[in-house]
Amino acid sequence: MIHESLLQHRNRRYLWWAVGLVAVSFAVYAVPTGSQPRNGGTWQGYLLGTVAAVLVVWLAWLGVRKRRYGLQGSSVQGWVSAHVYLGTALLVTATLHAGFQIGWNVHSLAYVLMCVVIVSGLYGVYAYLVHPRRVAQSRAGASREELFADLFALDADGRRLAEACDPEVRVAVESSIARTQLGGGVWAQLTARDGSRFVERDATQARGTASAPVANTDQTAVIEFVAARLPRATRRVEASNLQDLLALLTRRQSVLRRLRRDIQLAAALKIWLYVHVPVTIALLGALAVHVLVTFLYW
Amino acid sequence: MSNGRFHIAIVGAGPAGLSAAARAAHLDRERNASAPSYVLLEGHGAHANTIQRYQKGKHVMAEPGYLDLRSDFEFTAGSREQVLDVWGGNLKAQHVNVRYGAEARKISGSRGDFAIELGSGERVAAEHVVLAIGLEGNPRKLGVPGEDLPGVQYHLDDPDEFEDETIVVVGAGDSAIENALALAKQNDVIIVNRRDEFSRAKDGNLHAVLAAISDPSSRLSCLYGTQPRAIASEGGRMVVVMDTPEGERRISCDRMICRLGGVPPRAFVEGAGVAFPNARPEAIPVLSDRYESNVPGLYIIGSLAGYPLIKQAMNQGFDVVEFIHGHDLEPADHPLLEYQFHGLPFEREVDELLDLFRRRIPMFAELNALAFRELVIESNVIASYPSGELAMHAEQKMAALEQRLGGREPRPRCTRIVEEGATIYRAGDFGTSFFTIVAGEVELRAADASGTVTRLTQGQFFGETSLLSGRPRGEDATAGANCVLIETPRRTMLKLMNSNESVRSGIDWIFVVRELTRHFVPYARVRDLRDIADRVSLRQYRAGEVVFREGEIGDSLHIIRSGGVTLTRKAGDAQVVVAEMRGGARIGDMALMGDPVRRETATATVALETIELKRPEFLELVSRDDASIERLQREASLGATVSAAMAGRPEIGSVMSFLMREGLGEATDVLVIRDDLCIGCDNCEKACAETHEGIARLDRSAGSAFGDIHIPVACRHCEQPHCMKDCPPNAIHRAADGQVFIDSSCIGCGNCEVNCPYGVIKLAYDAPRKPSLLNWLLFGRGPGPGEEGHYVPDEAAKAKGKKARKCDACVDVAGGPACVSACPTGAARRVSPAQFIDLVAVDR
Repeated sequence: MIHESLLQHRNRRYLWWAVGLVAVSFAVYAVPTGSQPRNGGTWQGYLLGTVAAVLVVWLAWLGVRKRRYGLQGSSVQGWVSAHVYLGTALLVTATLHAGFQIGWNVHSLAYVLMCVVIVSGLYGVYAYLVHPRRVAQSRAGASREELFADLFALDADGRRLAEACDPEVRVAVESSIARTQLGGGVWAQLTARDGSRFVERDATQARGTASAPVANTDQTAVIEFVAARLPRATRRVEASNLQDLLALLTRRQSVLRRLRRDIQLAAALKIWLYVHVPVTIALLGALAVHVLVTFLYW
Repeated sequence: MSNGRFHIAIVGAGPAGLSAAARAAHLDRERNASAPSYVLLEGHGAHANTIQRYQKGKHVMAEPGYLDLRSDFEFTAGSREQVLDVWGGNLKAQHVNVRYGAEARKISGSRGDFAIELGSGERVAAEHVVLAIGLEGNPRKLGVPGEDLPGVQYHLDDPDEFEDETIVVVGAGDSAIENALALAKQNDVIIVNRRDEFSRAKDGNLHAVLAAISDPSSRLSCLYGTQPRAIASEGGRMVVVMDTPEGERRISCDRMICRLGGVPPRAFVEGAGVAFPNARPEAIPVLSDRYESNVPGLYIIGSLAGYPLIKQAMNQGFDVVEFIHGHDLEPADHPLLEYQFHGLPFEREVDELLDLFRRRIPMFAELNALAFRELVIESNVIASYPSGELAMHAEQKMAALEQRLGGREPRPRCTRIVEEGATIYRAGDFGTSFFTIVAGEVELRAADASGTVTRLTQGQFFGETSLLSGRPRGEDATAGANCVLIETPRRTMLKLMNSNESVRSGIDWIFVVRELTRHFVPYARVRDLRDIADRVSLRQYRAGEVVFREGEIGDSLHIIRSGGVTLTRKAGDAQVVVAEMRGGARIGDMALMGDPVRRETATATVALETIELKRPEFLELVSRDDASIERLQREASLGATVSAAMAGRPEIGSVMSFLMREGLGEATDVLVIRDDLCIGCDNCEKACAETHEGIARLDRSAGSAFGDIHIPVACRHCEQPHCMKDCPPNAIHRAADGQVFIDSSCIGCGNCEVNCPYGVIKLAYDAPRKPSLLNWLLFGRGPGPGEEGHYVPDEAAKAKGKKARKCDACVDVAGGPACVSACPTGAARRVSPAQFIDLVAVDR
């Protein structure tokens, strides 16, 4: 076993660290607080709070550690593994530190931000464990650059083939290539929305009349358009061209599907970081205020 | 020049020829000669043709730095233009008698009476001839009337020079295709191919040219099955008459570019009567220590004589003319030998020592003095002293020399002093150098169970196994008392083996003897095996060739000398890989021990060399009293069990065959990425760049995948690194742990990039320094860590020139390869061949 996932790293060493932290947190919490209510103001609360605050800073330090490339002694995978397990345990430690008290104040703001960071992180773990396999399957051995190279070659071939066909087919194919949509905004990437269109001009339509582009989601409309013309071909050359075009368009359809899926998965792999990282920065700010305020009102 | 005959005719105005001519001019001036006594003949229209054809601005380096230049011409590292300008100025200032466009077609005669026939039909008479023509050879001409018209070119400097011309490109090789494609960007190009297909071209070029020909919008067209018959000039344009399959055709064009390959210089040199030691293409003519060939009066210098570096060639040009004039002088590299011999326990002159050494080593006795001298200059000399006063004294002597050299950079090689009993290398170290014992004794202790100790003495050699097979050392080597060793690097040794039959056969022979000893009779002495070693055969197989087939009756076994073998068994219709064997392993031994039927098919994974041992020799070996027959039987049974078990797990076999297809049969250390763990963050590439002067040496997203196993484009540190084959300054080394790396003496020639079959070496300028992490984090100074792969080299980097970059497996990083330690998800791992099988384990 040469490769191990970040959860399995070193026989789940940091899982046991996290379990230990949770156990200790509960133990500290269980110590009677006397007359005081259970919250951050007791010595137990201060203890848990200090641990949690140090942990937050250390967890955020991963952003620095992973960029210090020449560093020796520890692997980034080890750091990430510890980050995941201890970060999850932080939820327990911090909650116990707060003594389940919540309100409309800066203290609770820090708590809520922390929860957002941890929950987005948990999604990140899920994405990291599940999506890479899907990415590999969808690419089937090719890289994204290769897929795009395939697509561009198919586009060029498609245009060349279309030139030999009658004007309606040519307009349809050329417009379908020109108006193919891949990616887009965050939502379009995540949902793999396909806003592709193409211009369908009927042969019976008067020359020169402009036609509005129609939806060509998943390239099905243009494929149907070309396929529908096939039985009506009058010359053998025309039929043969249309057959070639049909084969090419379906190949192009499958390349586009793979690319769209690839973009979708890559977005799903990254999107959580756009929550996790900025909210972490906000959390660090809120935490600083929380600590400062606590000591001011000592 | 007396009665129309030159004293010296120098052929070829490259660095060697220029320097020779300059020396001859200098000697003429000293003698106040009225007319030049020499002539420099150059086939092309300008000096240093090879350098003229470098790309614009290419940096020319002046390695080796520790060798002094001895020439009347100047030479320091600089751009192609600077170097050429300096020489052009030198040519003019020193009034060198050079004739351009004087291509030598044939040389005949001997000392005192040479005749050089030129392309124009003219003959030049000379008493001595210095051949300095390099290795490139002359471009092959069209061989039709009009082939030398001004519009007919045999090379192309800058395709962007021409615009909106009609250009005919003749040829079907890579250079013709590359020229045609580049020209077709802004010209109408017709590529003329004698055959019906482009069969000699590389895949990339083939696809590109076929795509361009079939693309109606491109300006490139092709005439297949066509040959030019005659060329004529008509009103500023040229008319080419072609024989096409449809009959004669006349094409009017502005220019013709003919890329028909070069005529290798060997036939020309042999035509002059010069003998080569063998038919190998790499062979170097036999020369005396004064560069004289077997034809008296005919001297050979420069890369044709086996000296690829400019400075060496220029020094030789100077020396050879002095020699011809009867002047005795020490070669420019004489001091280098002095430093190397400085710490030896002998008080003798360098030349005496060289001669003594050569006579002491039987294998080198036949070597000519020049070749032996070169061998020593490129080697390390190691001397051992008993610990205590003597060793201290020697160390002091070397320290004094060091002081005299005054921290000269790069430091010339000096004697390496070791104490008696010091380790020369350990079993398991990667090492490719070859050791010769000049004096004293060396102890080899086998690393296997037998632990056999062998003592080698004066004249013997060791280290040949790693040299030939590329696998790590199999024994510990310890220096005895007062021993003197020559440690020769692999490249030098291979060059020597290619040009000297007795060295090759000597090393081959001892290799066989030591392998037989190791496998069958660990306690036998060399002389006991002399007879058998002569009877076994060395076999060579190309990648993919079958060594033996399942179901055959076998009567021999093979010991793998270098390369690798895949063993497969038939399972239904499929072939299941059951084992992957490397150098040093035995295959097919069961056929000689019990079961004569081959149970596996053995196929060479990469280029393979084996020692084949037939039944009679095998029986002779194992019938000796000291034969380890039980061990052999035990190992054969184990092999059969493993094969049978593997045949039942085809999923492992299919991964193994994928790895072998990727060329990992010769790998020692491979970066393997699990695609089901990889999140595509490219942290591996970023970490590589950040730890290696800003330039990543791996391409994560490239490379092939099988299932979840992805082999990115990254160095796999081959057993016999292809990149090390042809490095002029010998800048590529192998660390004891196996990492293959390039040192700072790289001259950026690009040979390694071309020789690497896996595309993992690239030439690049130094990258600019990045701001620190905090600067980036707090002040937004970019680019940040891991950001931006593209950069604009600064002037200093450009002046330094491009150098070859490759993965060094982070040889000097304690934490191991940065690509692995920076991977956040554990997808990137470096894997040794022994771990290949574990890649398949599914439990994670």
